[in-house]
Amino acid sequence: MQLNKIIKGVFIALPVVTLMACSSSTSSSDAEAARNASNASASSSASGSESSGVEVGTVVKEKSPEEIRQEQKEALMRNQVVYFDFDRSSVNSEFYSLLNEHAEFLRNNPSQRVTIEGHCDKRGTPEYNIALGERRAKSVETFMQNAGVSASQISVVSYGEEKPVAMGDTERAFKQNRRAVLVYN
Amino acid sequence: MKFHKTLVNKLGFVFLLAVLTISGKAYSALEIVITEGIDSARPVGIVPFKWKGDGMMPGTLADVISADLMRSGKFNPLSQAEMPQMPTSDSEVDYTAWASKGVEVILVGTVEPYSLDRYLVSFELIDVIRGQITGGNARVLSAGKLVDSRDHILDSRQIVVDGNKFRRHAHYISDVIYEELTGIKGAFRTRIAYVTVDREEGNKTPFQLVVADYDGENESILLKSPEPLMSPSWSPDGNKLAYVSFENRRPQIFMQDIYNRSRTRLTDFEGINGSPVFSPDGRQIAMVLSKDGNAEIYILDIASRETRRLTRNRYIDTEPSWTPDGKSIIFTSERGGKPQIYRVNLASGKVRRLTFQGEMNLGGTVTPDGADMVMVNRTQGNYHIARQDFKTSTMQVLTKTYLDESPSIAPNGAMIIYSTLHQGQQVLSLVSLDGRFKARLPAAKGEVKSPSWSPFLL
Repeated sequence: MQLNKIIKGVFIALPVVTLMACSSSTSSSDAEAARNASNASASSSASGSESSGVEVGTVVKEKSPEEIRQEQKEALMRNQVVYFDFDRSSVNSEFYSLLNEHAEFLRNNPSQRVTIEGHCDKRGTPEYNIALGERRAKSVETFMQNAGVSASQISVVSYGEEKPVAMGDTERAFKQNRRAVLVYN
Repeated sequence: MKFHKTLVNKLGFVFLLAVLTISGKAYSALEIVITEGIDSARPVGIVPFKWKGDGMMPGTLADVISADLMRSGKFNPLSQAEMPQMPTSDSEVDYTAWASKGVEVILVGTVEPYSLDRYLVSFELIDVIRGQITGGNARVLSAGKLVDSRDHILDSRQIVVDGNKFRRHAHYISDVIYEELTGIKGAFRTRIAYVTVDREEGNKTPFQLVVADYDGENESILLKSPEPLMSPSWSPDGNKLAYVSFENRRPQIFMQDIYNRSRTRLTDFEGINGSPVFSPDGRQIAMVLSKDGNAEIYILDIASRETRRLTRNRYIDTEPSWTPDGKSIIFTSERGGKPQIYRVNLASGKVRRLTFQGEMNLGGTVTPDGADMVMVNRTQGNYHIARQDFKTSTMQVLTKTYLDESPSIAPNGAMIIYSTLHQGQQVLSLVSLDGRFKARLPAAKGEVKSPSWSPFLL
């Protein structure tokens, strides 16, 4: 009985200790890295200002396909929102190039999945907006499929008016909330 | 006009103060501010109950009853300061004094200790106008003899109440008074379910499903979630709620017992799983699914989990609501261009369009007597709650606040609770079915929305 309790105690304590160890090591190494970075920038700026006649050169590092993919994905994730007109669900032509970039990435990475979220402004009933949000997400889905993305890579979810990005009831806020968002998993 | 508005505002303010002082829970999330219509209500006198025990009375009755009656929109209880006397039984009532105040009916009563933490509550509901005419001594012929009829006493009861049930008992007395004076069953012992959203940063569960007494007291949180919750709807026995939860990053319909933690996931179809509404017999749930392409109306049989598809077109069909006889469903459809309300007969499958006025009509529900439909009407870009008579098809816009939606009708058909924007914040409001009485239930924090009024619970 007593032994049992001790064993249990160890089982609970062990992961906690490990966690603490992990977090402390990361934080100290983070701090080190930050110090290093500031040193580095200081030295480079110093060499620039003193103009001792030295020129520093670099070699372009070969990126792995995974690194390239990750960079492309990160770039796409910074530009992932398509906006809609009031009560409309058709994709405006100004977003064609944005969507084509996403489509190209998805075509080149067939194992990459994307979720298209549909959203609305708060005008209209919440239930109707769920249906409208789905229609918006689906028109983006159709665009992507027409651009050659496989249907199996895309899923669609409508949040209606439940997840606004801009609060308030101004035309400006409404405009930002009428959107479809391409979310990479 | 301006004077009238200030007067109404003042009344609202005074009433809010009254609620704050009597509820004893000034921090309660929902406090009701009457914004319109109390001036046309009938004056009544709810005299404080006389306490016949030692120390303090263990709870309040008259204040809760007054607040109930005022909130019904049909009565305007006199303040204590305006009362000509404080009688405790019919024998002490000066009928003329009350009648001269414009009061037609008064409630008098007493509370006395009965056993350990149990109390005998007695009350009489007195028609002071009739009392004034008969002097309280009306006599009628019965079996050839003149007997005292005391027909000015509309109701009198004695009930033993537990010390912690005073508030509930006050709602019961309100129900008795309301039914006696209007002929309509009171809905003061009902509840409302709603969703609150507090988007403050760092809040891990911004979305909450809440149930409270109809007046906002006794709030209980049934579910807290990091993801949206929508569309709570009561089972006809008042024991369960069906609602939509996005907790798994997609909409799914759940059914939850409000008295224990039992919770069942009813649907997990591809696409929309939305708008669940129990059938009047409680065996089926009408809902919106988009598993077959786009938003369509389906009926789910709860026992077998089989679905039956009701609509079939490429337009949005949503917001199903049962007619009280359970034979038809009304719903919102875009098939005619803009959203309008239609009715489908479940036996024949025949569909008929019901609304034609305004740019859009959405979110319809049928009143318990089946005579009217309440919905969201959009005219010139404004969303307001409206009522339409089935017989004549005449439509009356009931509200004039901003972005009014999600109307839910009290089980006695007298009042509608809906969500609206007030000073940029989503709050709940009440409007009587005739549109005359309006009140607001301000939220303490965050948004309050998707109200659903329970059925009669007793």
